[in-house]
Amino acid sequence: MLCRRVIPCLDVADGRVVKGTRFIDLVDEGDPADLAARYASEGADEIVLLDIGAAPEGRATTLDLVSRTARRVFIPLTVGGGVRSVAEMREVLRAGADKVSLNTAAVADPALVTRCATRFGRQAVVVAIDARRVHSAALGHAAALASGITNGGETDGRERQHRAPSWEVMVRGGREAAGLDAVAWAERAVNLGAGELLITSIDRDGTRSGYDVALLRAITSCVSVPVIASGGAAGPADLVAAVVEGGADAVLAASIFHRRLHTIAEVKLAMAAAGLPVRLVPEAA
Amino acid sequence: MSRSHGLANGRPTSEQVDGRLRVAVVDYGAGNLVSVEQALVAAGAAVTLARVAGDLGGADALVVPGVGAAGPAMARLQRAELIGPILHWIGNGRPYLGICLGLQLLFESSDEDDTSTLGVIPGQVQRLTGAPTLPHTGWNQVSQVREHPLFEGIADGADFYFVHSYAGEPAGGDDRDWKLGVTTHGGSFTSAVAADNVLGVQFHPERSGLDGLRLIANFVGWASHRAHVPALSAAKRA
Repeated sequence: MLCRRVIPCLDVADGRVVKGTRFIDLVDEGDPADLAARYASEGADEIVLLDIGAAPEGRATTLDLVSRTARRVFIPLTVGGGVRSVAEMREVLRAGADKVSLNTAAVADPALVTRCATRFGRQAVVVAIDARRVHSAALGHAAALASGITNGGETDGRERQHRAPSWEVMVRGGREAAGLDAVAWAERAVNLGAGELLITSIDRDGTRSGYDVALLRAITSCVSVPVIASGGAAGPADLVAAVVEGGADAVLAASIFHRRLHTIAEVKLAMAAAGLPVRLVPEAA
Repeated sequence: MSRSHGLANGRPTSEQVDGRLRVAVVDYGAGNLVSVEQALVAAGAAVTLARVAGDLGGADALVVPGVGAAGPAMARLQRAELIGPILHWIGNGRPYLGICLGLQLLFESSDEDDTSTLGVIPGQVQRLTGAPTLPHTGWNQVSQVREHPLFEGIADGADFYFVHSYAGEPAGGDDRDWKLGVTTHGGSFTSAVAADNVLGVQFHPERSGLDGLRLIANFVGWASHRAHVPALSAAKRA
């Protein structure tokens, strides 16, 4: 039976692991290759490395970092940040990544997802979506797109509050609204060729207030590719909820592991206790 | 040693060899080779990349890795004129390990892209049936249906990392017992094969932690043994 994965995430800027709250206020958390090796030995099922700087001039540094990290861990490595073409994806894979995650570039050029999937197989293409809740009081363009309502439609304020919540896609490190509904974009990304989705709730990111389970459920109920939950983990119970209630295949967390608030072993034992299949490595058993 | 990205091409240099098993890893542009190389080196092998037939010359064992689709992979192998040499290698009884796509290519054909493949193992590569999620991505258990040196020291049902949507099913009829491991994701499928000099795994041992490294080391040990008794393999085929 397929195990549910626990994935530590390394957000990297200028060659160092950093972690912020809602994508800002970054704090230095260490060397990426060192942290990846530590997590691999502690039972991580995969490592996600996101270059959140990813300026074009920093590409050589990123590739060196990927290479350095890939040589120290014998578990899958997903790398995101700054890949805008098939040629750039090829470089990252050759440096030692197993999968590449596309975010802003996929929104700007959806056909890129298809080109990458055709060249490397869809299993190598992860589409990362940074989603922000759209509040009914300020019903945005994205929600209108999602529900098909245009120009006032036939809803009033009360009905809006009763409607299922909706989320909009944010790009450029969470700074800019893309004008897309997150659930609709998730479905489209899969149709374009994404083999996996990495769903981050910007509202929850770094807040330790739990994953946005409703967001996860909205997406996992309409796609058949694996979904990685991200943003908001405070403790083992949150990771369990992301899987049990949110339907996620994998759970990603950063600060709870970086700051040693919880170990990967603790999280896996909690998942096992909840009846979820997990891979218990010797260190974690 | 300060190699950054990419690996040395062609034959191993003299200081690389020094008694170690020389493994050629076929490079046909299908993704990440770093982890395969790293795992083989960790197991004590000397690794070279094979991009053309001549690169197989100095090798004792052949590893064909790869992820992705069968169609483009066969096209790239064809362009590199590697299909004949690979079939010749296998036919001569020399050690071969196929990983993921490198296993799928051994079958007769793949439903993916409706591609005709190497035809070493009777049977077809088909999309996984009844799978709750596709691609089948993550750690899953491999049940060993019989003993083999490849799994020595590895618990029955140990977890390995998978990432694929298709798998090959040995059809039988060639008097060889190919099936070595099975895994369940919705339906059950063959996740490891072995017969004579040919081994194949659907999962990625190079990304499967300590058990994966053990399996790679087992391959290196098994291939070293076979590489030193070429006459036996040849005799067996004759």
